[in-house]
Amino acid sequence: MRCKEALLPHIRSSRWIEFGIQSLSVLMALLFTTLVLVMAGAPPLEAYRQMLEGAFGSLKRMTDVLATWAPLIMVTSGLLLTFTAGLWNVGVEGQIMLGAIAATGVIRALQETGLPPFVILILAMVAGMAGGAAWAGLVGLLKIYTGIHEIFGGLGLNFLATTLILWLIFGPWKRPGIASMSGTEPFPEHLWLPVLPGLRLSPWTLILALSSIVVVYVLLMNTHFGLRLKAIGKNIRAAHRLGVPTSRYMFLALLGCGAIAGLVGALQVTATYHRLIHAISSGYGYMGLLVGMLANYRVLWSVLVAFFFAALNIGGIQLMVTLRLDSTLSGVMQGALVLFVLLAQGSQARWKPTLIPESRDDA
Amino acid sequence: MRVEMRHIYKSFGPVRALQDVSLTVEAGTIHGLLGENGAGKTTLMKILSGYLRPDRGEILLNGEPVRFASPADGLRYGIGMLHQDPLDFPTMSVLDNFMMGCENGFWLDRQRARRALQELARLFGFDLDPEARVDRMTVGERQQLELLRLLRQGIRVLILDEPTTGISAPQRAQLFDTLRRLAREGKTVIFVTHKLEEIEELCHRVTVLRQGRLAGEAAPPYSPRRLIEMMFGRSLSKPERRPALPGEPVLQIQNLIAGDYRLRLGRVNLTVRSGEIIGLAGMEGSGQHLLMRVCAGLIRPWEGCICVRGRDLTGKPYCAFLDAGVLFVPANRLEEGLISGLTLTEHFQLVYPTGGYLINWERARAEAQRRIQEFNIRGEPETMVEALSGGNQQRAMLALIRKPVHLLLLEHPTRGLDVESSMWIWQQLKEQAQQGAALMVISSDLQELLEYCDRIIVFFGGQVSEPMNAEELTTDQLAQMIAGYGWRG
Ligand SMILES: Nc1ncnc2c1ncn2[C@@H]1O[C@H](COP(=O)(O)OP(=O)(O)OP(=O)(O)O)[C@@H](O)[C@H]1O
Ligand SMILES: [Mg+2]
Repeated sequence: MRCKEALLPHIRSSRWIEFGIQSLSVLMALLFTTLVLVMAGAPPLEAYRQMLEGAFGSLKRMTDVLATWAPLIMVTSGLLLTFTAGLWNVGVEGQIMLGAIAATGVIRALQETGLPPFVILILAMVAGMAGGAAWAGLVGLLKIYTGIHEIFGGLGLNFLATTLILWLIFGPWKRPGIASMSGTEPFPEHLWLPVLPGLRLSPWTLILALSSIVVVYVLLMNTHFGLRLKAIGKNIRAAHRLGVPTSRYMFLALLGCGAIAGLVGALQVTATYHRLIHAISSGYGYMGLLVGMLANYRVLWSVLVAFFFAALNIGGIQLMVTLRLDSTLSGVMQGALVLFVLLAQGSQARWKPTLIPESRDDA
Repeated sequence: MRVEMRHIYKSFGPVRALQDVSLTVEAGTIHGLLGENGAGKTTLMKILSGYLRPDRGEILLNGEPVRFASPADGLRYGIGMLHQDPLDFPTMSVLDNFMMGCENGFWLDRQRARRALQELARLFGFDLDPEARVDRMTVGERQQLELLRLLRQGIRVLILDEPTTGISAPQRAQLFDTLRRLAREGKTVIFVTHKLEEIEELCHRVTVLRQGRLAGEAAPPYSPRRLIEMMFGRSLSKPERRPALPGEPVLQIQNLIAGDYRLRLGRVNLTVRSGEIIGLAGMEGSGQHLLMRVCAGLIRPWEGCICVRGRDLTGKPYCAFLDAGVLFVPANRLEEGLISGLTLTEHFQLVYPTGGYLINWERARAEAQRRIQEFNIRGEPETMVEALSGGNQQRAMLALIRKPVHLLLLEHPTRGLDVESSMWIWQQLKEQAQQGAALMVISSDLQELLEYCDRIIVFFGGQVSEPMNAEELTTDQLAQMIAGYGWRG
């Protein structure tokens, strides 16, 4: 348990100190990225200006940022459920993929029928949630009944999900004539989730994102369910003794996270790509894990951090266009951020011996 | 080494844990530190060993002022502390824990460490299996391990924070011999305790703390009345003994055999009736904790059956035991008992949820406040449980007992509690018994068992004695049985 304690920090210091330390690490990450830019021979200030420009330069770009932010914050809020229960749900990637597969399956099955489009879309979303939840449920069952750690179960299932998509794209769901990495045949346009005119942002995605934040926030802060998850995350043995049905609640946390991740998968299919492609998750799962850690497992901070990540991603595209820099720079920055924040949290615990938790939990 | 602490102050936020406390301990002596729960004993000792930094005041070793930035600094000066709650690595083996912090260099020399461990253990008469996993050991055994580890590190000042609370009488006698020997060898020993007898038996001098201040010092011959007055600011009287009127059988154990990787317990046949308090005595690891956990539904027996109020619960999950009104209060408070990082209010909400799905935090807080008052816990609803003193953690665990309770199982309920708190806890337990619950209590304090329990069973190496009437027993008889004398076959 000691190792988990180190990974999931629950050292409480004043909020402001915590905030200051977090900001300091953002500055350090900026400094680090600047260094990388200088080494790559690019003018750093210009690069940052271009990134800002790329993220917020026009209405289109700003809405693009939101269109990235929405799925990211959804995944993150789902992950906060599992983080709270002390679970490392790295299987979230696979849960997104399964959501996408289930949604695609429903649309492919129903697109020929005369059902009204919104019914088909709603059914696709529900199927996505079910698919994601089922995949997460598998992680839970593996953990509860066979004792396989959720990290390993999750990684295995991620791999399986990727394979499943590839098989579908090249096998049963391949385009007539050409089977290629470009994915399945696009859906008819009336089955695309409506977007704002001329933009890529769907108001539905935004609404779903906002509701998932609210739901998770209320669940964690104001319900017995959330409190029990927290108890399990902090000390599963004591929680069990105090009468919390630990297995059931860990399972529920995984199901909740899986459902939200599956919904994101369904949105990826219906609002963004309009078909199933092999990179359907866009890496939102892993990014969501980073956002959650960076936000110190807090809902409201996650909203900001996810926004920052989304802006970096969209702004990074501009760099590629104008400065001919690789857009992976935003990845460098995100990675640096996470490392510096974890570093800061670690050293905070080191410098303040009074904050070292006196107790240990258990496994 | 002569240890001096001068005018130490320490606050935790608004809590003034220590105010102007000074302490001088001569080399080669055993110095007692006495005080009620929350008096600041642990805090003072953590400052001396480098775990905490004082707000003000200084520490002198052999007259030289020193400053510690970390426990490692304390160790470098030869100050080692045996903590009230063991600070080891539970999922590692005894040997790994033993080597932690002792070995220099890069390569581990397991063979040498093993020999050193066995050597030391023999010297002190401790029975530790180097390959056993620490989280399967009892609190007492873990303390022994810590003690050996500290000695291996070559400490000159040994601080023991309530070391006798988890261990049996013979082990205690052994520990005391060891401490006397260490003192004769010139080591300085500081001994934190609540128990007056231990001070009388062991200490060359005693310092008493009361509510974070120095209440006084004393040297032998001690007057217990004076010490109690110093501790509490007044004298205490013991409650009278009232015989229980046992009612219906609550717990029935038949032909039970249980075990873990090193101990076989059995066969046990036992009936505990409503209103009765059964004391469980025995050397650490003799099977009493195993029986407790089997009765709580946390460990499944190999054979035999357990009925609670006529219902056969053998092999049922823990929640079935909970539903049947069985409640288990473990000894390791911060591992199985309470959840570090959660406040008192949150704990009460876990056990007594108010409202439907949503928590009304305002009501929850008021509710918590009420329970805090009822159980006399020194803390606020927002206090994290790990910030409570040991005694207050124990009170919090009692406050978390679900009603209705029919069978109450307690491990060392007064471990680490001062006289007043212990009396209070036993009064609570007696009340539970009078309300119809059946109780089983493990304690290493034989005096206490004889005083408050109706019947006592003794464990020795997995064997279980017949229940014996407490009034017809003496401490000596009990101690003999615990040590393995007077057993048939
Ligand atoms: N980390 C902490 N944060 C806040 N308050 C603390 C902390 N540690 C101790 N205290 C408070 O300081 C006071 C002294 O605590 P301390 O643990 O030193 O008492 P003690 O004499 O060892 O008691 P006990 O016999 O119960 O172990 C108590 O009121 C306690 O609540
Ligand atoms: Mg203490």
